Amino acid sequence: MKNIKIKIDNIDLVVPEGTTILEAAKKININIPHLCYHPDQAIKANCRLCVVEVAGSKKLTPSCSSYVFEGMEVQTNTKKVRDMQKGILELILANHDQDCLKCLRNGNCELQALCQRFNISKTNLEDTVDALPLDDTNPCLVRDSAKCVKCNRCVDACQKVQEVHVLTHSHRSIHYNITPAYEMPLEETFCVFCGQCAAVCPVGAIVEKDDTAKVWDAIYDTGKHVIVQTAPAVRVALGDAFNLPKGSIVTGKMVAALRRLGFDQIFDTNFTADLTILEEGNELIKRVTEGGTLPMITSCSPGWINFIEGRYDHLLDHLSSCKSPQQMFGALSKSYYAEKTGIDPKNIYTVSIMPCTAKKFEAKRPEMVTNGVQEVDAVLTTRELARMIQSAGIDFTGLEEDQFDNPFGIGTGAGQIFGATGGVMEAALRTAYEVITGKGLPSLNFTEVRGLEGIKESTVHIDGLDLKVAVAHGLGNAKVLLKQIDKGESPYHFIEVMACPGGCIGGGGQPIKSTMDVKQKRIDAIYHIDEDLPLMKSHKNPDVMRLYDEYLGEPRGHKSHELLHTHYHSRGMKYNFSELMKQ
Amino acid sequence: MNSTKTNGFGVLTSDLALKIDEIIQTYESNSTRLVGILLDIQDIVPKQYIPREVATYVSERMNIPLSKVYDVISFYAALSDVPRADYVIQLCDSVVCKVTGNTILRDAITELLGIKEQEATADGKYWLEYTPCFGACDISPAMRINGKVFGHLTTQASVKAALDQYK
Ligand code: SF4
Ligand code: SF4
Ligand code: SF4
Ligand code: FES
Ligand code: FES
Repeated sequence: MKNIKIKIDNIDLVVPEGTTILEAAKKININIPHLCYHPDQAIKANCRLCVVEVAGSKKLTPSCSSYVFEGMEVQTNTKKVRDMQKGILELILANHDQDCLKCLRNGNCELQALCQRFNISKTNLEDTVDALPLDDTNPCLVRDSAKCVKCNRCVDACQKVQEVHVLTHSHRSIHYNITPAYEMPLEETFCVFCGQCAAVCPVGAIVEKDDTAKVWDAIYDTGKHVIVQTAPAVRVALGDAFNLPKGSIVTGKMVAALRRLGFDQIFDTNFTADLTILEEGNELIKRVTEGGTLPMITSCSPGWINFIEGRYDHLLDHLSSCKSPQQMFGALSKSYYAEKTGIDPKNIYTVSIMPCTAKKFEAKRPEMVTNGVQEVDAVLTTRELARMIQSAGIDFTGLEEDQFDNPFGIGTGAGQIFGATGGVMEAALRTAYEVITGKGLPSLNFTEVRGLEGIKESTVHIDGLDLKVAVAHGLGNAKVLLKQIDKGESPYHFIEVMACPGGCIGGGGQPIKSTMDVKQKRIDAIYHIDEDLPLMKSHKNPDVMRLYDEYLGEPRGHKSHELLHTHYHSRGMKYNFSELMKQ
Repeated sequence: MNSTKTNGFGVLTSDLALKIDEIIQTYESNSTRLVGILLDIQDIVPKQYIPREVATYVSERMNIPLSKVYDVISFYAALSDVPRADYVIQLCDSVVCKVTGNTILRDAITELLGIKEQEATADGKYWLEYTPCFGACDISPAMRINGKVFGHLTTQASVKAALDQYK
């Protein structure tokens, strides 16, 4: 590629052809104000905040959508530029519910940061903002259009990445808005609650539903035994909220912080991830050998479950009947654990820390009940946990490392890699290979299913069988594999689907600014943990094996069936047009 | 949660669905002509609007996301996502008509029917709205009722005469 010489704020630099001014400026540590620009998304150029002066042009130039040319001279900080940017921000504020102290994005908001930078604030706070009603009737997300800056990043995430097509821009001029069709609340749409919209929103217009108050109440309630599980993807992301380098592994500090917050026992979802592998691996072997529905598709991502139960409900037979690791843990906490400790399941309060907003929906599914009580009582996203730690005044980075408690404290590397796209597949293969062949694996790592490519595939030779597998992350990619199945052209035996790009490490509940390069760092961290663990295969997890011995019997046995499996069903959200035509 | 919420129909009948199929076919299911398709459909939906079930039907037939269909409906003033009325009265809000006095025309309608713009009469018969110029500048002040143009409406009597054709 050709190199281009330019000057920005009188600094000479050389950048490859096809670089935008905004990206070029970043290379020399100039952060040009922007709102609609997002490094992982297509150029939208609708906010005009990123304007600069280019020598020879009278008009201001938007830097996010203008490419460099040889000899270009750019000024990013002239009076004209700053006046324009200030004017735009004032205009946005004039119709913004500037309620920062009560906003979940306080301190982490791109609009707030820009206003600080330009030293502006809105003083007419009593003005009411012209906006759609608050959308907060679902268990996962809150949409507040009074805070929306109409940047369209969420629309990009919902339409182009996830291809769920719930959010759109609508109307025009002063009525221009971001909304689902017919301004429906999210739960009446095909929204899967993946939270990818919230993850890219620069402000507090789409946020997770905050459940921290519920959890504090449970902790303060002396009659409750409050236990917590933490998903594999949280420990490589939580550090972001405390300004640690991206991809930092903070397992020990996280456990220490949870202990200080007052949880009675701190457990690892990696344990039930291992358990999932035994159940799911077993199910796969049975389907392959006994002619069940193939390809079998994983069922641990609730955003994905919502997607197939919503739009592709005719393909539900392909889903594994396994509950997700979160729900397996919840079910065991209200049965095995209750019996072992002699605590009434009603008095056990089970909290999960998840990278995911859809997990909040999953926990509330009416069928996710064991011994008459909800299996998981509250789900907190990584962001909410960070807020609790901050709120408690815990100096996270200074904490000494602590360890998970028993009996759900041991997880293998296989459980750990559930957090990255391809991880469930690799974990399943590590176990399936050994269980079927009775032989040790030649190599533990199935690198073909790793990485950020949208759809990955591989063929594994197991005892004369060529097991064909595929991995998709992001629902747009999942759709491609579903269409293949629809046409009867799917060559696979087993498919892993994660709703979020990158897998759970890129979940909609992870710390803000989880861009692609941050995701890559988290994935590296996940495989790093895997390599450092003494055990890397789920069926070698001694506590999981003890659980089968003591309690469950065997994979997919009677007890397992009752506790660890479920029946996925249609969300019944489609209009039944074919029924109509029969009239 | 949502598991049992199968959506029923209020407006869409099999008859209407067949007619919508025909309209879509006339346009060869061409998604770039969605606006024309929706305008034609709106004409045959009672109360002249595109309810959610109809928009969903179109979205499935044409394989266009519902959110996109809604984006189009909400963008064009001539398309409505809320029920209007049996007879839709449109006034031009462009300069020429303003100059030739269509506020007088608007007042006459308000007096005769008791509705302002974006309102329907209680019996659901008439709806009043403004649209961009519809090319009746030469006979302005003008109004359209269900697409038919009436011009030279300078007196209350002339307005009443026009309205009386729709009862
Ligand atoms: S979105 Fe940002 S600017 Fe608006 S209230 Fe929240 S923190 Fe403040
Ligand atoms: S949660 Fe996911 S599906 Fe729902 S609106 Fe946001 S991006 Fe779209
Ligand atoms: S909700 Fe957030 S991401 Fe979506 S347009 Fe508004 S400000 Fe942008
Ligand atoms: S960031 Fe360039 S126009 Fe929005
Ligand atoms: S200006 Fe009113 S019809 Fe053209």
